[in-house]
Amino acid sequence: MAEVTGSPISNQQSFEHGMEEEEKHILGFWIFLASDLVLFACLFATYLVLRTHTDGGPTEAQLFDIPMFTLETFILLTSSFTCGLAVREMRNGHFGRLMGWLAVTVLLGLAFVGIEVNEFITYSLEGATMQRSAFLSGFFTLVGTHGLHVSLGIVWMISVGIQLIRDRIQPTTARKLFNAGLYWHFLDVVWVMIFTVVYLMGVMK
Amino acid sequence: MFNQLVGYLREADPLIQMSAVAIVFTLIGIVAALTYYRKWGWLWREWITTVDHKKIGIMYLICALLMLFRGGVDALLMRTQLAFPGMNFLDAQHYNEIFTTHGTIMILFVAMPLLFAMMNIVVPLQIGARDVAFPFLNAVSFWLFFFGALLFNLSFVLGGSPDAGWVSYPPLAELSHSPGPGINYYVLSLQISGIGSIATGINFIVTILKMRAPGMTLMRMPLFTWSVLASCIVIIFAFPAFTVALALLGLDRIAGTHFFTMQHGGNPMMYVNLFWIWGHPEVYIAILPVYGIFSEVVSTFSRKTIFGYKSMVISLMLISVIGYFVWVHHFFTMGAGPGVNSFFSVASMAVGIPTGVKVFNWLFTMFRGRIRLTLPMLWTLAFIPCFAIGGATGVMLAAAPGDYQFHNSYVVIAHFHQTLIGGAVFGLLAGMYYWWPKMFGFKLNETLGKWAFWFFNIGFYVCFMPQYALGLMGMTRRVYTYPAETGWGTLNFVSTIGAYLMGIGFLFIVVQVLYSIRYGERDTTGDPWDGRTLEWSLPSPVPHYNFAQIPTVHGRDAWWEMKQQRKEDSLFSTKELKPIHMPNNSALPFFMGLAFFVAGFGLVFNQFMIATVGLIGVVVCMLWRSLEKDTGHWISVDEIKQMEAS
Ligand code: HEM
Ligand SMILES: [Cu+2]
Repeated sequence: MAEVTGSPISNQQSFEHGMEEEEKHILGFWIFLASDLVLFACLFATYLVLRTHTDGGPTEAQLFDIPMFTLETFILLTSSFTCGLAVREMRNGHFGRLMGWLAVTVLLGLAFVGIEVNEFITYSLEGATMQRSAFLSGFFTLVGTHGLHVSLGIVWMISVGIQLIRDRIQPTTARKLFNAGLYWHFLDVVWVMIFTVVYLMGVMK
Repeated sequence: MFNQLVGYLREADPLIQMSAVAIVFTLIGIVAALTYYRKWGWLWREWITTVDHKKIGIMYLICALLMLFRGGVDALLMRTQLAFPGMNFLDAQHYNEIFTTHGTIMILFVAMPLLFAMMNIVVPLQIGARDVAFPFLNAVSFWLFFFGALLFNLSFVLGGSPDAGWVSYPPLAELSHSPGPGINYYVLSLQISGIGSIATGINFIVTILKMRAPGMTLMRMPLFTWSVLASCIVIIFAFPAFTVALALLGLDRIAGTHFFTMQHGGNPMMYVNLFWIWGHPEVYIAILPVYGIFSEVVSTFSRKTIFGYKSMVISLMLISVIGYFVWVHHFFTMGAGPGVNSFFSVASMAVGIPTGVKVFNWLFTMFRGRIRLTLPMLWTLAFIPCFAIGGATGVMLAAAPGDYQFHNSYVVIAHFHQTLIGGAVFGLLAGMYYWWPKMFGFKLNETLGKWAFWFFNIGFYVCFMPQYALGLMGMTRRVYTYPAETGWGTLNFVSTIGAYLMGIGFLFIVVQVLYSIRYGERDTTGDPWDGRTLEWSLPSPVPHYNFAQIPTVHGRDAWWEMKQQRKEDSLFSTKELKPIHMPNNSALPFFMGLAFFVAGFGLVFNQFMIATVGLIGVVVCMLWRSLEKDTGHWISVDEIKQMEAS
C-alpha cells in the first residue's frame, strides 16, 4: 500500500494486498471442496446401501452401457487435462492459447453433460425412472448431482472466460481460473469414483 | 396454491387466525413507522446492504432473540397443555406442530444465530483484523439464514406447520403420512439456512487462519477464537450430511423418489443415520464456542490468565473430533447390534473426559482469583452445576442398556434441555452481556439482569428436575395429554410453573435491554471490564474499519500485558496512519436470499414456475457478482483521524 499515501483515494490495490487476497480465496476454496467431498461421500453411502434395492425393476447390469460410460470417462479426463493446459498457458502469459484450451475444456464439458442427459433420457424411456426403485433414486441422484456440478463448472468457466477477455491476466482473474481449474479436477476425481463404484461394480456382477 | 392457503386459514384454529391478523397488523405498523420517521433509506444503507461483520452480528443477535421469543411461546403453550391431566387447550395435531417448531426453531434459529452473532462481532476484533475473510459472503450467509427462518415461520399461518418432530423421521415425514406442505417448509427452510451455515464455517476458518495480526501465533490466540475455529471445522464436516438428508427427503416428497419410503425398496434408517451424522455434531457446534466464551469470562472476571491454556486448546479439538463419531447413540434401540452399540457407547462417554478437563481448568482459574460477580460471570457460574448434572445424565443415556430404559422418555427431554439451556443458552447469554458494551457502547443494567438471572435459573430447575422423575415414572415425550390415573399430574404442574418462571426471566431481559438503551451506563473507555484481549483496546462501539492501525502482538492476553507494562502504545509499530481499504456495501446478498426464498416457497407448494423464477434469480445474482468489478473503497487518513478523535 506504499504508493497510496496522503489523501488521494485510488482504486489501485497494491500487488501485495492483492496476493493476500488471492491466498485467502484459494484456501477458502479448498475448504469448500472438503465439505463438498463430504456431501458426495454421503450420497455414495446412500447409493451403496440402496443399490440392491431394485424392487423387481431394472438392475445395474441391465442398464449400464459399457461403451457409453467409457466414452464419458474419456471425455472428462481429457477435459481435465486441457484445463490443466489452460492454467499452464496462463502461467506462461500466453493469452490466446489460454483462451483456446479453456474453450476446448468447455466444449468437452458440454459433450459430457450431453451424453449424460442422453443416458438419463434413454433409461427413463425404458421405464427406469428415478421413481421406479430406491436403487434408481440413488443412481439418478448421485450421478445427477455430479452432472449438476459439472454444469455449474461450465457456467463458471464461461464467466471466467468473459472476465479474462475483459480484464486480461491479472491476480483476480488468475485466481478465478485457478479455482475453476481446481474445481474441475475435483469433479474429475469424483467421477472416477462414480465410474468405479457405480458403473464398473455395476456391470461386473 | 392461493385457494389452498385461503382454505387453510378459513378452517384453522382461532389461535392461528388471530396470529395471522396480528402479523398483518404488525407489518402494517412497521411499514407505517418506517415511512413516518423516514427510516427506509437508513435501513437500506446502514443495515440491509451492509457487509460490516459487526452489523451482521447485531442482526443475527436481534433475529435470534426474536426467535427465542417465538420458541419460548411455543414452550409455554406446550407446558400449559401438560399442566393438568386431560387438558384440551391444544389438540393432538396442534401439539405435534408446536413441539416440532419449538425444537427446530430453538436449535437452528436460536442457538445457531446466537453463535454466529458472537462469532461475527468478536472474532475479527480478537485477532486484530479489519474484517472477515469474505465480507460479501458473510452477508450472503446472514440473508440465507434470515430468509430460511422467515420461510419456516410462515408455515404457521400459510398452509400448516411441520408436525413430525424436529428430527422429521421418515416414513412419518413422507408424503404418505404427512401430505400437507408442513414438512416441505421444514426441508426447504433448513436447506436454505444450512447453505448459509456452511459458508459461515468456511469464512471463519479462513479468517482465523489467514488474518491474524502480526505476532499472533496460533498458540497466542484467545480461547474464544480457538473455540470458533473448532466449531467451524465441525460445521464443514457435519452440515453437508444434513444437506443430503434434507435433499433426499425433499426429493421423496416433491419428485416422488424412494430413498426413505416404505415402498419400492426405500430405507428409512438411512435418513436416521444421515440426520444424526449432522445432528449430534450440531450439539457440539453450539456448545464449543460457549466453552470459549466461558474461558474469556472466567479469566477476565477472576483477573487471572486462564489455567492450562494448552490443555484447553487440545480438549477443544478432541471434543470436535470425538463428537463426530458418536451419532449412533441416538438410535441404540433401533437394532444396530451389540458390537456397534458398544462402540458408540464408549465413544459417547469419552467426550466427557476433555469436557471435564475444561471444567477443572475454569475452576482452577477462579481459585485464588479476584472474582467479580458481574452478569457474565453469574451465568458462567450457573452453567457449571447445570452442565455437571446434564453431563452425568448424559453418561446414563450413553450407556446403551440404560438407553433402552430411558429412550423417548422425559428423562431425555430433561437431559438435553439441561445441556442445551445450561450450556448453549447460558453461555451465549454470558457472551451477550460480556460483549454488549463493545457492540452498542453501553452496559446493560445489572439489577434487572440479576432478576432475570434468578427467575431463569430457579425456573429452570423447577421446570426440568421433575421431568427426570416423570421420565422414570414412564411418561414418554411427545404425548399431548395423559389421564389422571398415571399420577403424573403434580409433577407436571410443578414443571409448568417452572416454565412460566423462565418466561418471566426472559421478560426481564427484554425490560433490561429497553431500560438500558435509555439509562444504561455509557462505556466511554472501550474497556469497561478491564479486559485482556484485543477487542478491549478499541473504542466502543468500534469504528467500521476496526483498527486504525493493525496491532502487533507479543503474547497471550495481549491487551492485558500491555496495560500491565503501561505500554498500550506498543500495540502499534508506528504512529503514522495509512489509508484503509474496505469493501463496498452491496444489495446482492439480500436479493440472493430473496431469490432463494422465492424458490423455496414455490417448491413448498409444488409450484414449479415460481421455483424456477427463484432459481434463475439465484443464478443471475451469482453471475452478476462474478462479473462485477467491485474493488471496495479507501478511507483517507483525514477521515480516520476524525473518527478516532470523536
Ligand atoms: C425456555 C424453556 C423451555 C421449555 C419450557 C421447553 C419445553 C419443552 C417441551 C414441553 C418440549 C416437548 C416435549 C414433548 O412433548 O416431547 C420440548 C421439546 C424440545 N425442546 Fe424445549 N423448552 C425450552 C427451551 C428449549 C431450548 C433453549 C432448546 C434448544 C436450544 C430446546 C430444544 C428442544 C428440542 C430439540 C425439543 C424436542 C422437540 C421434538 O420432540 O421434536 N428447548 N421443550
Ligand atoms: Cu448425540
